[in-house]
Amino acid sequence: MKLKTFAGGIHPPDNKQWTSHKAIEVCSLPAEFVVPLAQHIGAPSVPCVEVGQQVARGQEIGSAKGFVSVPVHAPTSGEVVAIEDRPHPWGTALPAVIIRPDGEDRWSSALQPADPGTLSPEDMVERVRRAGVVGMGGAAFPAHVKLSPPPEKKINTLIFNGVECEPYLTADHRMMLEEPERILQGVALLQFIFGAERVVIGVEANKPDAIALLTQLCAGAPVEVVPLEVKYPQGAEKQLIAAVAGREVPSGGLPMDIGVAVHNVSTAAAVTDAVIHGRPLIERVCTVTGPAIREPKNLRIRIGTPLSHLVEACGGLLEEPGKIILGGPMMGFTQLGLNVPATRGTSGLLLLRAADVVLQPEGPCIRCARCVQACPMHLLPTTIAAYSRRNLIAVATEYCAMDCIECGSCSYVCPAAIPLVQAIRYGKAAILAKKRSS
Amino acid sequence: MRQQIYLSSSPHVHSGETTFQVMRAVLYSLVPACGVAVYFFGLRALVVLLIATFGCLATEAVCQRLMGQTVTVTDGSAAITGVLLALNLPPTSPWWLTLLGAVIAIVVGKQVYGGLGANPFNPALVARVVLLISFPVQMTTWSVPAPLGSGLDLVTTATPLGAWKNAVMLTGQLPASMQGSTTDFFLGNMPGCIGEVSALALLLGASYLFYKRILTWHIPAAYVGSVVLLSGLFWLINPAKYPNPVFHLVTGGLVLGAFYMATDMVTTPVSMRGMLVFGAGCGLLTVLIRLFGGYPEGVSFAILLMNAATPLIDRYLRPRTFGVQSGKV
Repeated sequence: MKLKTFAGGIHPPDNKQWTSHKAIEVCSLPAEFVVPLAQHIGAPSVPCVEVGQQVARGQEIGSAKGFVSVPVHAPTSGEVVAIEDRPHPWGTALPAVIIRPDGEDRWSSALQPADPGTLSPEDMVERVRRAGVVGMGGAAFPAHVKLSPPPEKKINTLIFNGVECEPYLTADHRMMLEEPERILQGVALLQFIFGAERVVIGVEANKPDAIALLTQLCAGAPVEVVPLEVKYPQGAEKQLIAAVAGREVPSGGLPMDIGVAVHNVSTAAAVTDAVIHGRPLIERVCTVTGPAIREPKNLRIRIGTPLSHLVEACGGLLEEPGKIILGGPMMGFTQLGLNVPATRGTSGLLLLRAADVVLQPEGPCIRCARCVQACPMHLLPTTIAAYSRRNLIAVATEYCAMDCIECGSCSYVCPAAIPLVQAIRYGKAAILAKKRSS
Repeated sequence: MRQQIYLSSSPHVHSGETTFQVMRAVLYSLVPACGVAVYFFGLRALVVLLIATFGCLATEAVCQRLMGQTVTVTDGSAAITGVLLALNLPPTSPWWLTLLGAVIAIVVGKQVYGGLGANPFNPALVARVVLLISFPVQMTTWSVPAPLGSGLDLVTTATPLGAWKNAVMLTGQLPASMQGSTTDFFLGNMPGCIGEVSALALLLGASYLFYKRILTWHIPAAYVGSVVLLSGLFWLINPAKYPNPVFHLVTGGLVLGAFYMATDMVTTPVSMRGMLVFGAGCGLLTVLIRLFGGYPEGVSFAILLMNAATPLIDRYLRPRTFGVQSGKV
């Protein structure tokens, strides 16, 4: 049978063999938590605790500011020792609540479980918002916003993203294998919230065990498990929708414009915790991997754990890393050091050795068109990049620069090692800046 | 001392493929064609190959040195130009003609535009056409293949296409005597340029490039397909005057052109649709020049003309962006 997929894309080595067979381990608590107040797309939360205050696990320590914002919670019980700017994965120092654990790990008494049968969709969305649930695939967009489409945008197809097409990462894979019930409960809750007719879980075919297990558990339920071709970026929202539903999200539009909503499978699990158990999003599964780490693992980590603690939990480093990447190697962000904390969007910590760092010098474009064939958005990356670099913003716009999803496929295949996606990012930023100023 | 930490924009991994590897694969793929050329035309062909290749390398090095640029002759592109130029020359080409071609290819065809990736026209074809126009006698002196060890000397003759053209011009009829063996044409046992004679060797090399995904099917298929269609149409109208499509395919430079010259990445469109149009345009022009032009062979002119159209094709035949309705850009 031919597997569903999209047109374009690349086949990087998946390097998942280091961790795909390893059960999730619970990571110990660090000596100090650094909980950033900005961990999501949208307005950062504002601190609602004071220095010196005792907090309980799951207690709100930062309140949401505005609609596109979520509250932030204490990952464990302990004392707030500081509220100050700390190095943040986004590259600058940003406000964070520093908590010293008291070792009791006592849950807040304010958290209330609920019987989902008694809740309305609106109640559920509110519980999701209060729990600070964000998209767990990496973008960390507040989930309650996605759960509240305007009434004229009826969602008929709900897609769960279990693709995990980023090389190295296996967190979602292990979640599907080890906690499928938690995911499927969330799937049912989200189906109820949206009133969606069709529910699909898309999984890349390189995870046959997860596909088999979910298919077995979904037997009789109105949920399809769809195996997808192994190809990057199969897990990108638009490409996933194209593969599963055969529909294209219009340029500049959102999935809801074509009646589709996409959520990560781990987000579904977080929705279960929020709606049924009343528990906020204070932990997640993170794949700590790469050639520089002694013992790659899938760790269940509390949000706010410094990366250095994750490295210790994996037996330390084999050698000083040449590159520290939060997320996967295709779209992850490099870090200056291990002193930044893991946030809600930290799906992986990838440590490369200096020898693994790609330092191929850039050459002239020979118009080989590999980037054109690889682009999942069917753009002309080399052309857009060239115009962006020359600051010809109007032409870059005309060549649909804003449709670029920054998956990096073009840069990956370029034999001349031209930093195509970086140039296009620059062009997109310039286009947005121009739009704002006019 | 603290070790260096690299910060960069994603992606942090690369396919590992380099421009040099692409160029090297193209050179490897030309080995069968070069081998067949030496087999059929002897050491003369080898001399032409060596002069053209080293002439191109040396010219590129001198140009870059004079312009104060980094010398990049080892990237493989100048060597490809050299080999392709040699394959587009007659085996009787004198040494000075070959060397002049190499200089023209690199200076006029490539470096004046800014070097690798910046030239609008295929450098080897620029050189071939300049030589063809400037030295018509030397460029159209063909010889009967004299396989190595056969003891035969090279005998001057006309190419199959040339013979057909002469006959048609003189008598208006297709000469019965020139209908040579298609098998010989296919294997390369016919007069012609060094590299164009053996369709088999060229296809062997091209299949390696297909396997390495350096060649896509679009341009060769569109080129060959349009030649077959158009020449077939004329052949059906008047088989007494026009040769059949198979004759068009296996004689002359069509295979060399369609698989190697018209697929030069730098000078051809980047989109799939663009490549199809490019290939079809090459086929159309080739047949028109062969049947109605002054020259018996039209491949070089056809490809150069389509090279000129490439920026236009790229501009108007962009792929449909995901999520954009066709017709709205």
